[in-house]
Amino acid sequence: MNLAAGIPSRNAARGRPPARGAQRWATVAGCGALAAYGLSRRSVAGVVIAASGGALALFAAGAKSLQQEPVARASIQVNSSPEKVFQFWRDFQNLPRFMNHLSSVSVMPDGRSRWTAVGPLGSHVSWDAEIVNERENQSISWRSLPGSDVTVDGSVDFRSATGGRGTVVTTIMRYDPPGGPMGAAIAKLLGKDPSFMMRHDLRRMKALLEAGEIPTVEGQPHGRRTLKAAVARVVNPDRPAPRVADIAETISADRRIS
Amino acid sequence: MKAVCWMGVNKLSVETVPDPKILNPRDAIVRITSTCICGSDLHLYDGFMPTMEQGDILGHEFMGEVVEVGPGIRPERLKVGDRVVVPFTIACGNCFFCQKQLWSCCDNSNPNYWMAEQLMGYSPSGLFGYTHMLGGYAGGQAQYARVPFADVGPLKLPAEIPDEKAVFLSDIFPTGYFGALNADVERGDTVAIWGCGPVGLFAILSAFMLGAERVIAIDKYPYRLQMARNGGAETINYEEVDDLIQLLKDMTGQIGPDRCIDAVGMEATGHTFPFLVDRAKQAVRMQFDRPNVLRQAIQACRKGGTVSVAGVYGGFIDKMPLGQFMNKGLALKGGQTHMMRYMQPLLQRIQNGDVDPSFVMTHRVPLDDAPRMYQVFRDKQDNCEKVVLDPWAESKAA
Repeated sequence: MNLAAGIPSRNAARGRPPARGAQRWATVAGCGALAAYGLSRRSVAGVVIAASGGALALFAAGAKSLQQEPVARASIQVNSSPEKVFQFWRDFQNLPRFMNHLSSVSVMPDGRSRWTAVGPLGSHVSWDAEIVNERENQSISWRSLPGSDVTVDGSVDFRSATGGRGTVVTTIMRYDPPGGPMGAAIAKLLGKDPSFMMRHDLRRMKALLEAGEIPTVEGQPHGRRTLKAAVARVVNPDRPAPRVADIAETISADRRIS
Repeated sequence: MKAVCWMGVNKLSVETVPDPKILNPRDAIVRITSTCICGSDLHLYDGFMPTMEQGDILGHEFMGEVVEVGPGIRPERLKVGDRVVVPFTIACGNCFFCQKQLWSCCDNSNPNYWMAEQLMGYSPSGLFGYTHMLGGYAGGQAQYARVPFADVGPLKLPAEIPDEKAVFLSDIFPTGYFGALNADVERGDTVAIWGCGPVGLFAILSAFMLGAERVIAIDKYPYRLQMARNGGAETINYEEVDDLIQLLKDMTGQIGPDRCIDAVGMEATGHTFPFLVDRAKQAVRMQFDRPNVLRQAIQACRKGGTVSVAGVYGGFIDKMPLGQFMNKGLALKGGQTHMMRYMQPLLQRIQNGDVDPSFVMTHRVPLDDAPRMYQVFRDKQDNCEKVVLDPWAESKAA
């Protein structure tokens, strides 16, 4: 199965510089030279230089994630038929019910759709998308229209699980992250790995389809939290940024001293 | 409402917090009439289970009256006014696992499934009041609790069954039964059970129910061993014997117990060198669990026998006698109890008068006394076996 092949990629046509690989290997070579120089010094400082040069070279050689275009992929088994899961997805207006970062999708009469996502610090990003391929009860792929602010191309595939145990749903999305490759790397450091977030979304979809609701503990009572825990909830990058006036209130409500 | 909150290791307080609300269509709110302290709550009290947060409401063994239901619940399943006992595991009823009756493996009830996956690879179901890793649900040592998927879990009770007979259906009775069932007890078997806490006592009861001819119960507290003897078991005080494994072999003509049940879990005690090593590693958080009981159970079990793990473990263990496990051809089974399989049949036995689970209860106190009773229960003072809290009684101490 090659799902990625089904995704329309326009990045090649868009002319990404082909020099990325060369750049990386130049870095590796440079760091390697630094290591060699350090070794040639035959002193304590030399050893330090050699070690750091070697480490940098290894890092550069391994740092493929900085070079690749960001792709999120995830899959999940859902205890429902491919027909039902397909129909649920095919109505794109259902997607914000389980995709955390989407605030709305509206479908226009011509079949195109307008997607709105919540970006960093509560900003909103919108783009228009069209379906490029669709096989009933099997797969859907879509892409954002040329000229959109962001590029988000995706596909989803539905296959019967073995023994009639529901459907395996696999999604792949390819997108330009805010802040480019560096932004993607930083997001990953903060635990916002796109594949992880997508797996999260699929878990929510599974709960919605199987149980009819998404499990939550938001809004339940608790005793006094620590200040640290209360602050961590306010600066949670998954939520829109609160207005300054709300912050103190949120923190005190979260600590809730009775 | 009043609720018992975890405020740090060895620190609990009864706080006034807002009443719970319906958050999802299949929620219900239960006004709690009886709620218990479980031995596994002591793992939280002692700080050995990761992902607790200050302010978390404890408790997973409770029952009461339904006072509110969400719009997603059909009245024939549950309605306001029903008197129910609530299982400690939360299950959606519709996922692959629920449909296979593996209720404690429900795929949809743990919103923090990813935390559990980091530690255990896969996430079990959400639990009430038992770490954020297992859902972060507010617990039932409180005056009210929100019960998610309330059309699946809560078991309706007839009016003639009093609280003290019904409340143990929330966890320990089915858990002891599940421990014995997992041990594959056959007619005529000799069953060795480590731990004579409430789950151990119910495992003794259940082993006999399933046809065991002899039960050998192991503990060190005389009052707990006495309760085991009251239940028909032979007992061993392991502190009084040099070689427990040899003794178990001697008691069974060198064959060994057919079935071994670990009803202790991660905070096992002992007096041998491996125990001291485990104790030290746990103290510096190099491991969550002290697995000496599990090791002994594997060592003692007869060839081709079954070891059942009813006690709670949280992480990874060392020096597992895997060679014995493999070469003796043992079966090893465990798990959180698939509650909804066993609650109704066990209630039937209570109704028939075959069993009266209230024998484990030694203390019934107001909710306000919970912090003190955790300490009494943990330190095995005052012959404490099982504490039931009354959320509405006034504390005399206060």
